[in-house]
Amino acid sequence: MPALPLDEAGKYVAGAYVVFVALILIYVAIMAAKLQRIERELRDLAGIAERRGETDD
Amino acid sequence: MRINLRTLSIASVVMIAASLALVFFYAPLDADQGFIQKIFYLHVPLAIVALSGFVIGGLHAIRHLHTGDRLHDARSYVSIHLSVIFGVGVLLTGAIWAKASWGKWWVWDEPTLVSFLIVFLLYATYYPFRYAIEDPERQARYASVFAITAGAFVPLNFLAVRLAENLVHPRVLATAEGGMPAKMWLTFLVSISGMALLWATLVRFELTAKSASAQLARLRRALEPGRPERRAPVPARAAPTIAGGAE
Repeated sequence: MPALPLDEAGKYVAGAYVVFVALILIYVAIMAAKLQRIERELRDLAGIAERRGETDD
Repeated sequence: MRINLRTLSIASVVMIAASLALVFFYAPLDADQGFIQKIFYLHVPLAIVALSGFVIGGLHAIRHLHTGDRLHDARSYVSIHLSVIFGVGVLLTGAIWAKASWGKWWVWDEPTLVSFLIVFLLYATYYPFRYAIEDPERQARYASVFAITAGAFVPLNFLAVRLAENLVHPRVLATAEGGMPAKMWLTFLVSISGMALLWATLVRFELTAKSASAQLARLRRALEPGRPERRAPVPARAAPTIAGGAE
């Protein structure tokens, strides 16, 4: 098959790179959501630990 | 020597930026495929890194079975997880290239494509296989056996495909006819280095998140109401665990 003209090939090349970037972004977004949950839980636990410290005093 | 996450991240960004610059401003256009060949610098490194990641997952699994340290199980899991994600990228970018080059999204009689799909589907079964087992110890052990067996299948599969005769899929690497010119090789090597660094960064990122999650679980248990106060501090480094859900 002969090489596609640049204007047509460009769409496919852009598509491939966009798919790759989107895949990585989706992964990072999912990981960011998990890290936010960890941070939220950590804040709750820090609050519990502080309240315990206050009652011990 | 352990390279920290920040250094790895910066190295990945620099390497990927360099590879993109080389791909679009330095590497010459392929005489046969033209501009479409630029997908090669993304698709092939993704495939090589994904397949290598599966093998690395198997190697970590061997260490897990040898030492019993759950950290190696976590490394094996995360290596496979990232390689499956990269595998999705391989299939999608490959399909886009195939459509542009062959006029079809997929060709069933091409050994390279079908063999990669088989490897991908094999690893797709890793998750249901793993989470079908409730006991964490057994889960980790069986998952390691899976990772080793499947990891050994990857290079065998690769060799079998290389020996196959009827190939439509381009053979650019290590071919008798010489392969790529120097500028393309340099671009390809930088691209594969960038992809490998990205994979390593994401593996480290996910392992760090899992370690934080494991530390948090220990802390939660230690602070449970009614639980007697423990004088022993929570260890600074807790092995990330995978059991209990696809985190």
